[in-house]
Amino acid sequence: MVTLRFHQYQVVGRALPSEAEEHPKICRMKLWATNEVRAKSKFWYFLRKLKKVKKSNGQVLAINEIFEKNPTKIKNYGIWLRYQSRTGYHNMYKEYRDTTLNGAVEQMYNEMASRHRVRFPCIQIIKTATIPAKLCKRESTKQFHDSKIKFPSVFKKVRPPTRKLKTTYKASRPNLFM
Amino acid sequence: MPFKRYVEIGRVALVNYGKDHGKLVVIVDVVDQNRALVDARAMVRSQMNFKRLSLTDIKTDIKRVPKKRTLIEAMEKADVKNKWENSSWGRKLFVQKRRASLNDFDRFKIMLAKIKRAGLVRQELAKLKKENAA
Repeated sequence: MVTLRFHQYQVVGRALPSEAEEHPKICRMKLWATNEVRAKSKFWYFLRKLKKVKKSNGQVLAINEIFEKNPTKIKNYGIWLRYQSRTGYHNMYKEYRDTTLNGAVEQMYNEMASRHRVRFPCIQIIKTATIPAKLCKRESTKQFHDSKIKFPSVFKKVRPPTRKLKTTYKASRPNLFM
Repeated sequence: MPFKRYVEIGRVALVNYGKDHGKLVVIVDVVDQNRALVDARAMVRSQMNFKRLSLTDIKTDIKRVPKKRTLIEAMEKADVKNKWENSSWGRKLFVQKRRASLNDFDRFKIMLAKIKRAGLVRQELAKLKKENAA
C-alpha cells in the first residue's frame, strides 16, 4: 500500500501543577498530523482554545500513534469538519470509502484542497466515525454498497511495469480498449 | 463492441505495475471508483488501484470479502492456476520470463536450434519447389 501522509495520534497533556492546582485536569485528544512533533503542536493549538493553558505552562504526558484495527476491511467513514474559507468558517460533513481511517482523512484533505482550495492548516476535524452502510448520506459512497457490484473497466492505460522501461518513442500504437 | 471483462467480485486480475508485478490476484471487493480490495494466496489483503490491474477472463465464485481460506478454496475450484498457465496470455508471459532469464550458453543453444530449424524448413521448401517445377 502507498505510504500515507497522515498519522493519527493520541496526545495526553495537562497544565503544569502549581500551588493553586495540585492536580490539574488531564486532557486527551485524538488528532491527525504528519509526525509526532506536529501532533504535539496541534495539541497545544486546540488546548489553548479550550482551556487557559499554553505549551510553556503545560506538559504532554503521552503521545501514542493509533493504528488501524482492521486495515483489510472496507469501511465508510464520515468526517465532520470545520474549515476556514476566504469568507468565513463553515462546517461540513463528508463521506469516504476506504480501508483505513488515515486513508480516509488523507482523501478528505486532498478533496478539500482540490474542491474548495482549503489547505491543511485551515481545516479542523471535529469528529470521525465509521458509518454503517444504511446510514450513509452521500450517493457517491452509496453507489458502492452493492454486493454484486460489476462494472467494466473502460480505458486501459498502457504503462511500462517499471519507470526504468519508459521510452519516449514506441514502435506501435497501444491498444487502449480493455 | 460490448464489454466482456468486468470488474466484479471474484474477477482474477494480473498486477501490471509496482511491487507485486506479475502476480495473479482476485478482486475481493471494490473500495471506490478507482480502487479494489485485492487478495491472493501469498499476500496480505490490500487495496490496489485499477490502473495497476489488468483484468483476465478467469472468474472465481466468491461472495463479497470472503475469508482467506474460502478464497483459497474458491481459487482451487475455479482452477485459476491451470487455466492461467494454459491460456495464451499466461503462456506468452511465461515465455517472456524464460527468454529474459537466459544466460549466454542458453542463447548459444537457441542460436544453434534456430539455424537447424531454418535449415530443415529450407530443405522442405526446396523439395516443394522442385515438385512444382517438375
